[in-house]
Amino acid sequence: MKPFKPVLLEAVGVPDGHTIASYKSRGGYAPLEKVLAEKQPADVVEMVKSSGLRGRGGAGFSTGLKWTFLPKDHPGPIYLCVNADESEPGTFNNRILMEDDPHQVIEGIILSSYATRASTAYIYLRYEYPRSWHRLQGAIDEAYAAGYLGKNIRGSNFSLDIYLHRGAAAYICGEETGLIESLEGKRAWPRIKPPFPAIEGLFRKPTVVNNVETMACVAQIARRGVEWFKSIGVPADPNNPRDPGSYGPKLYCLSGHVEKPGCYEAPLGITARELIDGFGGGVWKGRKAKAVIPGGISMGLMTESELDTPLDFAGPGKVGCLGLGTAAVVVIDDHTSIVDFLHNSCRFFAHESCGQCTPCREGTSWSLRMLERIKAGKGRLKDLDILLEIGQTMGMMPGSTICGLADGAAWPIKNAIKKFRGEFEDYIRRTNPSGWMVTDPVPALQIVGAH
Amino acid sequence: MISKPKILSDEMVAKIEALAPRYPNRRALTLPALHIVNAELRHVPLEAVVEIAEVLGLAPAEVQDTLTFYQFFHQEKPHGKVRAFVCRSVSCALRGGDHLLEHLCHAHGIQPYGTTPDGELTIEPAECLGACDFAPCILANDDLLENMTPEAAEAELKKPRARAT
Repeated sequence: MKPFKPVLLEAVGVPDGHTIASYKSRGGYAPLEKVLAEKQPADVVEMVKSSGLRGRGGAGFSTGLKWTFLPKDHPGPIYLCVNADESEPGTFNNRILMEDDPHQVIEGIILSSYATRASTAYIYLRYEYPRSWHRLQGAIDEAYAAGYLGKNIRGSNFSLDIYLHRGAAAYICGEETGLIESLEGKRAWPRIKPPFPAIEGLFRKPTVVNNVETMACVAQIARRGVEWFKSIGVPADPNNPRDPGSYGPKLYCLSGHVEKPGCYEAPLGITARELIDGFGGGVWKGRKAKAVIPGGISMGLMTESELDTPLDFAGPGKVGCLGLGTAAVVVIDDHTSIVDFLHNSCRFFAHESCGQCTPCREGTSWSLRMLERIKAGKGRLKDLDILLEIGQTMGMMPGSTICGLADGAAWPIKNAIKKFRGEFEDYIRRTNPSGWMVTDPVPALQIVGAH
Repeated sequence: MISKPKILSDEMVAKIEALAPRYPNRRALTLPALHIVNAELRHVPLEAVVEIAEVLGLAPAEVQDTLTFYQFFHQEKPHGKVRAFVCRSVSCALRGGDHLLEHLCHAHGIQPYGTTPDGELTIEPAECLGACDFAPCILANDDLLENMTPEAAEAELKKPRARAT
């Protein structure tokens, strides 16, 4: 593993690293001044597009390309929404960026707003981050005082206001159209697309929704250049014309059963094993990993033998996971029951399903009830097939739901049962010796409250 | 004509109105208004919902619809002076989050989502608090309690705390 000097995390551990003085001393805001003085918005779009930057929030869509979907010559307003509703279990890199280096995020927002001609940016921040709230508000105030926000910024004729908007503890607000609905004051029910937000988004106006880490990357690309960004990570696969490559540094969140949980910056494409052993000090207590979540719980599970998979945008998919997601790596040791893991996962999604689409609302709650019953020693082998059937029929991929939450709920179910079926079967036979073979309908143990 | 609110104080209405220029319509003030009222009253009773609706020019059902979606705003009675969210999602669960929640509820003689009879403490299960590097963790008002053992958490939750902002 080659040593890599953190860029996105360079302020971590720096005294007063969150202040504008510290940020400027590290080279911050100079790129913004240069862009405003010398470049047109289209130049910034082209810069980000040619850098190969892909959105860091989970979907991995090209950021520059997303911006080009905005209508040309729109009279405005155009909105930028910064998705700071970081709620995917295992993920906390946005929190660290907002707390330790909020100006890096804000400079990225100003650059992105300039590129997209947005005059208002809303940061949709999850309620559970009060420290980020205060740090961001303090940084926004400093940026206004320094003339980086407000009217006619640095004499450029470009004006921008950034407002913080606080969520109320709902995972679905991280889905971009759920976020928009929530910002508009409604229940956060995702919208059917098209129209995509770029055409009709917040307040029915053209809107870009970008993740916090994506904003930080934009600031660093402006500072260090496209070539620097493209020199890091995994180039596009020449044999796959649809692979745009995985460029740049990435913030990996490592948690669960490791010696040193934390947020670590590495080039895209580091393997899970390198991350766990190199940064995390190995699996805790000298144990072995049973399974590892590659990028937040919705991405599914890798087995121990799959840990050499590179964690770039294409890697986790090659071993049956949903994708890289948020690059939140959660280690599950070999003392942990996979039944307990799946129960936890199903409980999360049953709680967080927004209730709009029936397959997700019913599928997540039904799968939780089955896991409750299996855990309580009343499982049947048939339940595993029913769980798989639920997993295969709910989601955007089978085409039964509006947003991807159900795909995220389905993946841990499908991966866990496919990769650890033997353990499930052993558990069911052992805990339900008289009923594991029953195939007639059985009642649920208890009613689970819907969201 | 808008009648003078009874539950919402002048300060609350002023705080809501101060945010109005940020949004092109008043419906977008719904969540900020709910937070402003909740920060003061520690719940948002139905009467307050009706008054928020009047201030924002919405139907009460529109505000109530948004409020109930989030399961965040208590409506029947105020939550405790300290509201403790105990994380139960995967990274915390792997390091004892469920056990922590059970221990704390037992120690205080309340069910999850319940409030102690003296109104001091509410304990609620939470999905991922985004602090998995400090698992298991608790968010108590504005304070993140990191790497909690049941004993440490019990002691922490006895301490008085500044109100959530």
